[in-house]
Amino acid sequence: MGWLDRPASDTQISHRSRLWLYGLGALILAFLAVPTLIVIPMSFSQSQYLEFPPREWSLRWYEAYFSSSTWMAATATSFKAGFCTALLATPLGTLAAYGLHASRLRFAGLAILVLLTPTIVPVILVGVALFYAYVQLRMVNSFLGIVLAHATLAVPIVMMIVGSALKSFDMDQERVARSLGATRTQAFLMVTAPQIGFAIVTSAVLSFLTSFDEVVVALFVSGGDNATLTRMMFLALRDQIDPTIAAISTIMIVMTSLLLAISQMFGKGD
Amino acid sequence: MTAAADLADDLHAAALRRDQWLERAGLAGLAAPALLLVAVTMIVPVGWLFGLSFLDDAGAPSLEHYRRMLAEPSYGRTFRTTFEISFVTTLICILLGYPLAYFLSQLPRRAANLCMIAVLLPFWTSLLVRTYAWLVLLQRSGLINSWGIKLGLWSEPLQLVHNVGGTLIGMVHIMLPFMVLPLYGTMRGIDGNLLRAAASLGSTPVHGFWTVFFPLSLPGLAAGSALVFVLCLGFYVTPAMLGGGKVTMVSNRIANDIELFFNWGAASALGVVLLAITLVVLVLAARLSRGTGLFGAGH
Repeated sequence: MGWLDRPASDTQISHRSRLWLYGLGALILAFLAVPTLIVIPMSFSQSQYLEFPPREWSLRWYEAYFSSSTWMAATATSFKAGFCTALLATPLGTLAAYGLHASRLRFAGLAILVLLTPTIVPVILVGVALFYAYVQLRMVNSFLGIVLAHATLAVPIVMMIVGSALKSFDMDQERVARSLGATRTQAFLMVTAPQIGFAIVTSAVLSFLTSFDEVVVALFVSGGDNATLTRMMFLALRDQIDPTIAAISTIMIVMTSLLLAISQMFGKGD
Repeated sequence: MTAAADLADDLHAAALRRDQWLERAGLAGLAAPALLLVAVTMIVPVGWLFGLSFLDDAGAPSLEHYRRMLAEPSYGRTFRTTFEISFVTTLICILLGYPLAYFLSQLPRRAANLCMIAVLLPFWTSLLVRTYAWLVLLQRSGLINSWGIKLGLWSEPLQLVHNVGGTLIGMVHIMLPFMVLPLYGTMRGIDGNLLRAAASLGSTPVHGFWTVFFPLSLPGLAAGSALVFVLCLGFYVTPAMLGGGKVTMVSNRIANDIELFFNWGAASALGVVLLAITLVVLVLAARLSRGTGLFGAGH
C-alpha cells in the first residue's frame, strides 16, 4: 500500500491523511446516486411494498403500466409534447442567441434578460398565471397550451447553451465566408451551424427533457385527454404509493440516461 | 479637397453607419419570435395575474389582499416555513457540497469526470422520480426503516416522511448538484501554484487550505448558495409529496388558494411577494459578489 504515503497534491499531503476526504466524498456521491438507482431493482419486485432486495422478482408493475390505457395515453402526450417543445424551443432559442450575439446592440442585454425570466419566475406562478390566461382563451387542457408553456421554459436553456457555444466561436470565420461571396444565411448554415451543432443538439435534448419532466405547469394547464405523464404520476402519488410508478420511474431514468449518453457521443465526433 | 468631396465622404460615412445599424437591428430581430413567445406565455399572463392582487372581490382597486396577508398570522407562518426550509436546505447543501466539490477538484480529471456522472445523473433525472424514490425509501415499511430495525439502530419504524425532515432530505438531494457544479468550476480554476507558493513559504497543508484555497473558492460558494436558496423559495412538488400536508411553503399555499378556495386575489398577492423576495435575494447576491466575476460579470 505504498501509494497511501505518496503525496496527493502540490502541498505534499499524503493520500493517507486524505483518506477521510475520499471516504466522505464517496458517501456524498452515494447519497446523490443511490436513491434514484435503487428504484430500478425495486420496480421488479412482486410485492406491493417494493422490497429491496426483492424477495420475488416479477414484471407485474410493468404489465400494469403497459396494459393501462390511461397511462399509455399520458405517456404518448408527454412524448408528443416533449418533441414539439424541442421542435419549437430549439430554433427560437438558437435564432435569439445568434441574433443577439452577432448584433451587439445595447438593447441585446435587455432582450437576454427578458428571455431568461422563465428561469427566475417561480414555476408555480407560471402555472397559475397560464391557467388563468388559458381559462379566458378556452385553452385549458389543450395540447397547444402545454407545448407553448413548456417551450417558454425551454427557450432560456437553449439560449444559455447555444450562447455559450457562440462565445467560444470566432465570428471572423463568418466574415471570411461572406467576403468570399456567401450570404449571411449561407455563412451561418455552412460555417457557424456545423461548429455549434453539438450545442444545438444538446439543447434540443434538454428541451425535450424539460418538457417531459415538467410537473407544476402541467398540473395546472394540462388535463383530460391531454394530461401529461408527470401530472398523472403526481396525482397518483398524492393518495398512495402506487408501485406502478416505480416501473415508470425506471423507464424514465433509463430514457434520460440514454438520451444524454447519445448526445454526449454526438459531441465526441466533433 | 473640395467641399463637395467632403460632403460626399460625410454622406458615404452616414450611409455606412445606417447600413451597419440596420444590419445589427435585423440581427437583433432574430430574437423577436422568442421574445414574442416569452411575452405571450409568461410576461403578459404573470402581469395579468399580478393585476388581480390589487383588486378586491368586487373588482375595485384595493390593497385588501395585502392587508389580509399582514393581518392573518397563518401567512406569516407560511413565509417563515419557506424561509426556514430554504435556509436549512442551503446550509446542508453547503456542508455536503463543499467537501464533495473539493474532493472532485483534487481528483485527476478523468476520475473526476467519472465521479461527475453521479452528480449529473440525479441532476437530469426527473424531480418527480427522485421525490418518489425518497417517498419509497423513507416510508414506514421502507428500506431505511427496515434496515435500521434489522441493524438494531432503532426498534420501532420511525416517521421519516410526511414531515419537515422528509421534505428537507428530498430538497437537499435535489439541490445539491446546484451547489456542487459552480463550486467545482471555481475550485478547478484556482491556480495550484498559489498553494505551492504557500507551502514553499512554510505553510502547512491545512493552513494553506484555509488562508489560500478557501478564500479563493468563496465566489463559487456564494453563487451556489444564492442559486440553491432562490430555487428553494419556489419549491412546490417536494413539500407537497414529502411534507404530507404538514409543510406549507409559499408555492403550496398559492396552489391551495386556487385549487381549494378559487381565491385568485390572495394567490396572486402571494405570488407578487414571492417574486419580489426572489428578485431581492438575486440582486443582493449579485451586489455582494460584484467584482468577483459572478453572474456573468467575468465572461
